[in-house]
Amino acid sequence: MRYILVFFITVVWHFQAMAALTIEITEGVEGALPIAVVPFGWEGTGAGPGEDIAQIVSNDLSRSGRFKSLPVDDMLARPHSDAEVEFRDWKVLGMENLVVGRIQPNGSDGYMVRFQLFDIFKGALLTGYSIPTTEGNLRATAHRIADIVYETLTGEKGAFSTRIAYVESLPGADGKPRVTLRVADADGYAPQTIVDSPDPLMSPAWSPDGLRLAYVSFVRGRPAIYVQEVFTGQRQQVAAYAGINGAPAWSPDGRQLALTLSKDGNPEIYVLNLATKALRRLTDHYAIDTEPSWSPDGRNIVFTSDRGGKPQIYRVSSSGGRAERLTFEGSYNARASYSPNGKFLTLVTRQGSKFRIGTFQLGSGRLQVVSDGALDESPSFAPNGNMIIYATKTGGRSELAAVSVDGRVRQRLTLQGGGEVREPAWSPYTIPNRRNP
Amino acid sequence: MTLCKLKTLAVFALSLTIAGCSGMGGKTGTGEAADVRDGGTSTSAASAGGEWLGNPLDNPGSPLSTRIIYFDYDESRIREDHLDVVIAHGEYLASNPSVTITVEGHADERGSREYNIALGERRANSVRNLMMAQGAADNQIHTVSYGEERPLMMGDDDAAWSQNRRAELLY
Repeated sequence: MRYILVFFITVVWHFQAMAALTIEITEGVEGALPIAVVPFGWEGTGAGPGEDIAQIVSNDLSRSGRFKSLPVDDMLARPHSDAEVEFRDWKVLGMENLVVGRIQPNGSDGYMVRFQLFDIFKGALLTGYSIPTTEGNLRATAHRIADIVYETLTGEKGAFSTRIAYVESLPGADGKPRVTLRVADADGYAPQTIVDSPDPLMSPAWSPDGLRLAYVSFVRGRPAIYVQEVFTGQRQQVAAYAGINGAPAWSPDGRQLALTLSKDGNPEIYVLNLATKALRRLTDHYAIDTEPSWSPDGRNIVFTSDRGGKPQIYRVSSSGGRAERLTFEGSYNARASYSPNGKFLTLVTRQGSKFRIGTFQLGSGRLQVVSDGALDESPSFAPNGNMIIYATKTGGRSELAAVSVDGRVRQRLTLQGGGEVREPAWSPYTIPNRRNP
Repeated sequence: MTLCKLKTLAVFALSLTIAGCSGMGGKTGTGEAADVRDGGTSTSAASAGGEWLGNPLDNPGSPLSTRIIYFDYDESRIREDHLDVVIAHGEYLASNPSVTITVEGHADERGSREYNIALGERRANSVRNLMMAQGAADNQIHTVSYGEERPLMMGDDDAAWSQNRRAELLY
């Protein structure tokens, strides 16, 4: 009991010190599914778990824009298992689905979390799970429950158990900005510092296994590319040539990095084999070639080039050859990256005087603008392909925003504590449990 | 005008800058003599109109005192009004082969960050190339691009952007 309290205080302090991100929905989908997530029952002695699992599940589902969660105060009953559920209590409130659960002690420091998901109209149990967990993994367990509920009801994989890397800039004691690369849960909680520097940090990129981040760090007036293990903090410098070392992008098998180097005179795309350190040059043009992104099948790399006079998106085979221009609409298209299914790109596109996020359909060449800011940049697909996270500017401050691919759901992610956030990168699915490796 | 007069007086000490003066004389305003952003340079010697006896880099009346070159949007060509400054620095390096310089390229915040790194490098390289055309050696000039990562002025308007599209010369 006492150690639980101590843990809780530590966590609160930790969040305040780390300036957590808060996420609010600024635009939801009409016809979001009404769902009730009843506070889970605690069947042990003492205060019980230090996290409100039902609240986390409810917030996750609401944040997706696909669900509308019933406030706890509006509930007519608080059942914890199928035996206690009266469907009419939920029918009169217009609920379509219901989640109930209970938590039991499990061993000396563990919990067993059981939950059930019901269809109110059919009066049927849709699914139910028992998940063993620990105090430190309660949030992760809640996100897993939200993923199961989301997938059961929408047929699409949830992305609540994923994480977001981002660059944060806070004024330091000497007035100069302090730049930090952080990783937080997809709901903004539990930010961890990956690296912290008085000099610029840029372009974080997740390895496909979610275990490593590649990024650019400037040290003593020179940029270098590093690959860092997210969980151990171990890092390795992988490129520090003369000139630009930038825009790292992982191959789908995690063995190679595409990157931009200007060591041969001007920015070109290269492919670095991480095991052998062999470097292969992919482009050869006097114009700017940068911002590579690998197709999910590993066959192609798209990149930004101004070889046609203005920055546009080009595609080249990852084994080399002639580059093909993909975008023709507008005077500025840059920083493209593939959707998880490989059918779309998300990119920065100039619309009049504004820079916005677009989706580009690879088959038809159709460009759709999905963001509404003036200085939007750094788009990154969620691993389920449903949302795009990007950086935007509001009132002169840089913050993060997310939009559904169809442009209908919008979220704003604000950093508490006065800093600015930029360059978000959404992690892949395969994130191992960090507190219980 | 003041600048040209000063240069004429200092013709022996600064003989190499004469070409720049006669060519661009009309365009080089006295305003350039003291660049406030460079901070801390004294203007007393220039107003006295006498010969500068200190380090030529510290002479507020010389184009060498200007250390920031501004660029147009998505451009890396050196603007006509900044040519004499870059030429003067190139000539200074050529006549002082032990002196080294870092040229930092910067961009405004619009567009993507890595493309802006490339654009900043292109700007730094234009400065470097013009300096080398004056006889400065390759190993005297280190270039680095910070893209949009180190803005000089905060703000999301033309006033800030025009200040941020720049190359900085650091001795």
